[in-house]
Amino acid sequence: MNFKHKYMFLLPGLLVLLAILIFPIGFTVRLSLSSWDSFYPGLDFIGLENYVRLFTDDSRFWEAFGRLSLLSLTTVFLQYIIGFSLALLVWKEIRFQRLFRVLFLIPMMTTPVIMTVVWRTVFHESLGPVNDFFSLFGMQPLWLSSEILSKFTVILVEVWQWTPFMFLLLLAGLLSLPKEPYLAASIDGAGPVRTFVYVTFPLMAPISIGAIIIRLIEASKIMDTVYVLTSGGPGTSTETSSFYIFIKGLREFQFGYSAALSITYLIIMIISFTVIAKILVKLMVRGK
Amino acid sequence: MSLFYSTLKYLAVTLWSMFVIAPFLWALTTSFKDFQSVTSGATYIPWVDFEPTLDGWRSLFKSPAQGGIAIVEPFFNSIIVTAAGSGISIILGTLAAYSLSRFTFRVGPIRNGDITFFFISQRIMPPVVLSIPFFIMLGKLGLLDTLFGLVLVYVVLLMPIAVWIMVDFFNKVPLEIDETALIDGCNPYQAFFKVVLPNSVPGIIVAGMFCMIFGWTDFFFAFILTFTEVQLLPVAIVALNSSITPWWSLSAAALFSVAPLVVVAFVVERYLSKGNLSGALK
Repeated sequence: MNFKHKYMFLLPGLLVLLAILIFPIGFTVRLSLSSWDSFYPGLDFIGLENYVRLFTDDSRFWEAFGRLSLLSLTTVFLQYIIGFSLALLVWKEIRFQRLFRVLFLIPMMTTPVIMTVVWRTVFHESLGPVNDFFSLFGMQPLWLSSEILSKFTVILVEVWQWTPFMFLLLLAGLLSLPKEPYLAASIDGAGPVRTFVYVTFPLMAPISIGAIIIRLIEASKIMDTVYVLTSGGPGTSTETSSFYIFIKGLREFQFGYSAALSITYLIIMIISFTVIAKILVKLMVRGK
Repeated sequence: MSLFYSTLKYLAVTLWSMFVIAPFLWALTTSFKDFQSVTSGATYIPWVDFEPTLDGWRSLFKSPAQGGIAIVEPFFNSIIVTAAGSGISIILGTLAAYSLSRFTFRVGPIRNGDITFFFISQRIMPPVVLSIPFFIMLGKLGLLDTLFGLVLVYVVLLMPIAVWIMVDFFNKVPLEIDETALIDGCNPYQAFFKVVLPNSVPGIIVAGMFCMIFGWTDFFFAFILTFTEVQLLPVAIVALNSSITPWWSLSAAALFSVAPLVVVAFVVERYLSKGNLSGALK
């Protein structure tokens, strides 16, 4: 099927997207070659100076990037394990099946930034219920103001918020699996563990890869949680790439430099996702 | 199935459910507290631990001058922006997805897969990267701090989601449906609008729900691109998150803003159980 009309379907969407995006992308590239900041606003041309500074004299950016990798890989890994387990638990017969399914979906429907405000009161170090519980054992953990624990808190909130997305994609996948391989497995007398290892997991591999990549893309933008929960602190211990770009661009108004950060960040991201997708396919699809 | 295994199963499911509900329960009790019962340490059970008041809930409808939040206007702003952004994204995204699923495009080295990837790859962009150019662009167009400006931005945010879900969906709608319609004398437009579209309602609903979720829950663009004239719900609520936070009105506002989308969870579950979602999500 091939029609002249095909462009009538494609172009409205494509052109609207391009029209809204062309200026921002082009402008960001141009901006990254200028020294626009709050003292000297204007599009001058300083060549690659910003990029030189970024690669030679900005360890904070690379630290933020490392932290982002740590946080997003950890949260997505946990979300996958938990989401897959939950999906398997409510896949087959279980009492109150629909109630549990709805419950497991709810967190992703809630606004991250608003729920993080609530979480912040939950983890409040002197007035919150979590430390009320820990004080029974004479402890007052610093959930938001210790370097290691604040990372843990960010991960916990992210897992609460986004495991449902993983759960939804994987459960939808499980429900669409064909019946025949399971029949064959049960005829061969395979137990639940063997059935999972040899039937369910391989059949779910493409869906798993898709779900992990989608979640990684979304997790790499982690920002709202950090902004409300810790503001990147204490010090810079929960500062991620997005948050660092935000500080440089919209707090310190170094527009030129933050544009260079953005472009570098995007290039690294596109390369990483391509590599990660290739690795996942190698790991999860056997014999190909 | 052994008793041990099934006990373990219910234990796991119950534990996770409690974890899911915990922050909501905390917000619910907190919304009935007053200054005294918040600042004297964590309290849980109304009438036993503290004397409940409706101050938190009342403050939602008072103006800021009276120490309230005036949440109704941001609430409707959020509804308008989310609905308009989702609507436009679904219409344009469905059309584009249909063409990408049915026709072959070849422009130089660019194929269908590349165009689909271009749409979806927009999700990689962190909001913070786009926010500065959007700020300048909307400023030039006089659209800063307007609903229309935000809707434009939300289309960029949401159309990739619509395209992603609808391409997968159309790929599973058999080609024979279109072909029969064409043989019966429809032109391609009639075939799409009269035959394919009515068969795609489940996919469109799923895509619509996802657009609604991601539109309703966005914070950053609304935070950067609006100031005083237009305020969306998340921005209004986070503004409360200052040093001396009125936890009671904060909790009431959080529950108020989260409630509409909880309804969506029931709809999603319904589609999931009917098996309609497996076609639309892959």
